[in-house]
Amino acid sequence: MYGNDFGDNQSLLDQVADAERALHEAAQARREPGEGADQAYFDEIVSAEQKIEPRDWMPEAYRKTLIRQIAQHAHSEIIGMQPEGNWISRAPSLKRKAILLAKVQDEAGHGLYLYSAAETLGISRDELVEMLIDGRQKYSSIFNYPTLSWADVGAIGWLVDGAAIVNQVPLCRCSYGPYARAMIRVCKEESFHQRQGFEILMTLAHGTPEQRAMAQDAVDRWWYPSLAMFGPPDGDSTHSERSMAWKIKRFSNDDLRQRFVDMCVQQASVLDLRIPDPDLRFDEELGHHAYTQPDYDELMQVIKGNGPCNRQRIAHRRRAHEDGAWVREAAAAYATKTTETQQEAVAA
Amino acid sequence: MNTPLWEVFVRPRRGLSHTHVGSLHAADAETALRNARDVYTRRQEGVSIWVVPAAALTASSPDEKDAFFEPAGDKVYRHPTFYQVPDGAGHI
Repeated sequence: MYGNDFGDNQSLLDQVADAERALHEAAQARREPGEGADQAYFDEIVSAEQKIEPRDWMPEAYRKTLIRQIAQHAHSEIIGMQPEGNWISRAPSLKRKAILLAKVQDEAGHGLYLYSAAETLGISRDELVEMLIDGRQKYSSIFNYPTLSWADVGAIGWLVDGAAIVNQVPLCRCSYGPYARAMIRVCKEESFHQRQGFEILMTLAHGTPEQRAMAQDAVDRWWYPSLAMFGPPDGDSTHSERSMAWKIKRFSNDDLRQRFVDMCVQQASVLDLRIPDPDLRFDEELGHHAYTQPDYDELMQVIKGNGPCNRQRIAHRRRAHEDGAWVREAAAAYATKTTETQQEAVAA
Repeated sequence: MNTPLWEVFVRPRRGLSHTHVGSLHAADAETALRNARDVYTRRQEGVSIWVVPAAALTASSPDEKDAFFEPAGDKVYRHPTFYQVPDGAGHI
């Protein structure tokens, strides 16, 4: 089993299934109707583990926080297509190519589920797209690193998607209904991504010495950036406390990072690959692995736009958007023309 | 340019009703249907899809929820559990 053994010994998919069950159970629990449009009502719903829905009253800061977070999440899925898309035409076999293609299509789908959830909060798709290519909204800094070899596709699946799942499984219980529902769907599909990455690395790690070296090199390069995906250490995390109170966020950055490290150590031993951390060891007292923190100065630099591929990623996204303008215009013109023809036919 | 928003409903299997799964943008209905297939049924999640222009939906307002649904609130006699059935009465 992959993705197993964290916390209460449940697989990630089991945790997603639990979150989905909790969502349905909470919906069954009938509430006494009260006044429907103020802070007290909002607080009551959130504390009862029920979901806030799009047209409910919500604090303005809650709405803004969710738009920022869901948009950033959606942008990450869309930009995340680039580093992997880079290898579609160079996959080592037709089978691997078909799988990678399906995975990159999933990333597009995940971006669209999330944009759809963000739009329920009253922001338009056009604004979201503009804010991404203008650099006013961020995406996960991990996608600003290059994919140098085929083994990177494996390392991304295992480590990057693995870290994303650890981050995202608790979001299946987020207090905002459309986001929670989108996350349940994303997590179920994401599990395939993690396993396909693991399988690629497993194959390489047990292949020729060159293939093995390639797998190790990929793990060496992706390990610390993956740890950095959980964000700055708890002491420096700016939005955490309020998001916890609103039940948007359930665990701290450092708790999730620890969970990820514990999970990876066991999986790395199955892969027979080395995690590039000489100080990694099991701490009997803590019951967890002690590990070296990622370089947070580097994380801040990449977030600010100075990572290896930031400019390339955004330029590519902007070009795709601008090059697609004529298609959108043609589709709109065709739709107008068809509607007019139909109206004329009705009038005649 | 604002491409219209469509709400997507999917029937997972024969015998089940269509359920709302999310939304998407498309210029016209035919394109919306094809996009819905690609976005929401990549793993055979459906055997039938409806797309409805979001602008064509009329929704009840959550602010008026209490007054709007109030008439049903005091009519417990609409539920079978309201009635006492004596022991021994079968098939009821």
